[in-house]
Amino acid sequence: MTTPVTVYVPRDSAALSVGADLVAAELERVAAQAGRSVRVVRNGSRGMLWLEPLVEVVTERGRIGYGPVAPERVGELVAAGLFDGADHELCQGVVEELPWLRNQTRLCFARVGVIDPLSPEDYVAHGGLAGLRAALATSPAEVVAEVTESGLRGRGGAGFPAGIKWKTVADTPDTLKFVCCNADEGDSGTFADRMLMEGDPFTLIEGMTIAAYAVGASEGYVYIRSEYPDAVRTMRRAIAIAREQGWLGDDILGSGLRFDLHVRVGAGAYICGEETAMLESLEGKRGMVRAKPPIPAISGLFGKPTVVNNVLTLASVPAILADGAAAYQALGVARSRGTQVFQLAGNVARGGVVETAFGMTLGELVHTYGGGTRSGRPVRAVQVGGPLGAYLPADRLDLPLEYEAFAAAGAMLGHGGVVVFDDTVDMAAMARFAMEFCAEESCGKCTPCRVGAVRGVETIDKIVAGQDPDGNLALLNDLCELMTEGSLCAMGGLTPMPVRSALLHFPDDFTARTERRAEESAGRFEEAKS
Amino acid sequence: MESPGAATRADRVRALVAAHRGDRGALLPILHRIQEEFGYIDADDVPVLAAELNISRADVHGVVTFYTDFRSEPAGRTVVRLCRAEACQAVGAERLIAYAEQSLGVALGQTTPDGAVTLEQVFCLGNCALGPSGQVDGQLHGRLTPARLDALLAASRAAAPAAYEVTTSGKTVNS
Repeated sequence: MTTPVTVYVPRDSAALSVGADLVAAELERVAAQAGRSVRVVRNGSRGMLWLEPLVEVVTERGRIGYGPVAPERVGELVAAGLFDGADHELCQGVVEELPWLRNQTRLCFARVGVIDPLSPEDYVAHGGLAGLRAALATSPAEVVAEVTESGLRGRGGAGFPAGIKWKTVADTPDTLKFVCCNADEGDSGTFADRMLMEGDPFTLIEGMTIAAYAVGASEGYVYIRSEYPDAVRTMRRAIAIAREQGWLGDDILGSGLRFDLHVRVGAGAYICGEETAMLESLEGKRGMVRAKPPIPAISGLFGKPTVVNNVLTLASVPAILADGAAAYQALGVARSRGTQVFQLAGNVARGGVVETAFGMTLGELVHTYGGGTRSGRPVRAVQVGGPLGAYLPADRLDLPLEYEAFAAAGAMLGHGGVVVFDDTVDMAAMARFAMEFCAEESCGKCTPCRVGAVRGVETIDKIVAGQDPDGNLALLNDLCELMTEGSLCAMGGLTPMPVRSALLHFPDDFTARTERRAEESAGRFEEAKS
Repeated sequence: MESPGAATRADRVRALVAAHRGDRGALLPILHRIQEEFGYIDADDVPVLAAELNISRADVHGVVTFYTDFRSEPAGRTVVRLCRAEACQAVGAERLIAYAEQSLGVALGQTTPDGAVTLEQVFCLGNCALGPSGQVDGQLHGRLTPARLDALLAASRAAAPAAYEVTTSGKTVNS
């Protein structure tokens, strides 16, 4: 056989974390041994992370997936006919027909896992640049109007309408304006920004270029956390390629548009995911939160009008411009339009990325997609929206996934992270961790956050130790209220959310440990007697 | 009086600043470069940076100490960072950390007395569906177990043997 078989092995860091590089090397070695001509393409991840490393083989029937493939099983798979898409216990069938993937609506993630992330040819062949071309064919004002009409809201967590932010920047006259992408994805349970940057970086570049055109900016920054070295490398290479292709630079696509982009790397500070702290950090300072107003849209980076959007917000833009605001508007419910990229994480059987129109229930996501817990034990709690999001008990999984429904339930969608816990979780420990995390990561500018978090840890310790539980519970409630109302930003302002939700839904976990241990051993004694 | 080594380092720091002269707000990229090259930010780098960037020493010191990544002294030959964020806790991160602390004989944030391993905590590596996660010398690993952590540590020890273990002939000797 002379035509090489195309085999895809992801280069996404989640896939690498379970041996994808070894699998790729082993495939090439075994293929050479067997005298098979093979072309290994390193794609992004499809987001079915429990199947990683997921090897895909191009056949007449489509791309056939095998996973999870351990390096030591490659020989056996090739012997069984992997290069011809033969059946095997690890064979998942045609990847695009798997219900997990087929039932999603992938706009942001349309190309992630499908293409070679650093191939400009692949990008264009799969619809890349259609959005930017459509934007350049209209006026900047029309682009802003299109984004406003689409109903796109900020995907970083706050959910602010993107079009209104853009309009403010567009309407603020200045010779220098910036577009900053917040890729400081620090929330536990979220990894969609990382996967997009590693799996389809040109989409983010295209989205930022459209934003620059719409608001009149000439310079952009992608602020990526240092915990994502693979995303940093991929974004930097993608930007260099985009410059060579004329997708960035002084005359983008021959339109005369001038825009250039730079990657900046964080340095291990969760607070730099807060937009004003991120701007301070970009300016080379400590990541201290700024008081608002002025808003960054008017006075942002170096005091200039600045668009600050999350990776997924900007990555949604090309599809909106390519297919029109109406198509995007048609997806979703109420004031939550379009798609949201949910990330299933923690103790979950089938974790990964689920991009779907707003409105699905949390339970459907956790059970139908996630398949319940990885441990096989019952789901006890689900934290949605990162470390500042609420803990929801198993009987509240009927909640529809949309901004307003979550807000009404005292929770938030945040950046779409969903972390599942089984029945072994100690919710008092999780509440304590929320305060501990806040104490560790607070920028220290405002007292409610800086001091409140430390007092929060101490107070929870007292409650759990059985020291005046009623008095200390009242104190903890007061403290939570003060932090919520008095903090400068969401860090201190939302830390009470996981704490209070844990108290509300799992009060028994907060009763004195000594008391509980006594009861438990009494219980065991009773069991032993009977 | 400056030792010759110190003079070399200061020159190198100045060269790194020069390389970022055209960048806006370049202090963080410069600090990353210094740490990449020297493994840590020395207290003596602070006045050099302040003079070169025309900012106060307090400003530079403030930035260096604000960010967790910047070290004030060199790390061990292998740096292990274990994730302690919620998603990894849901699959036993705290147990893994307890094991690492016990087997290495150090607490989070410390380096083993022989300088071999620095153990650190990290809040989220973006591998939340395949936890517990950790980084060994910048390389991400998922579904970590005590056994796998031991194997990774053994492999990195073999890859970066302590200087005193290597003879001139290149053969390792038993210490």
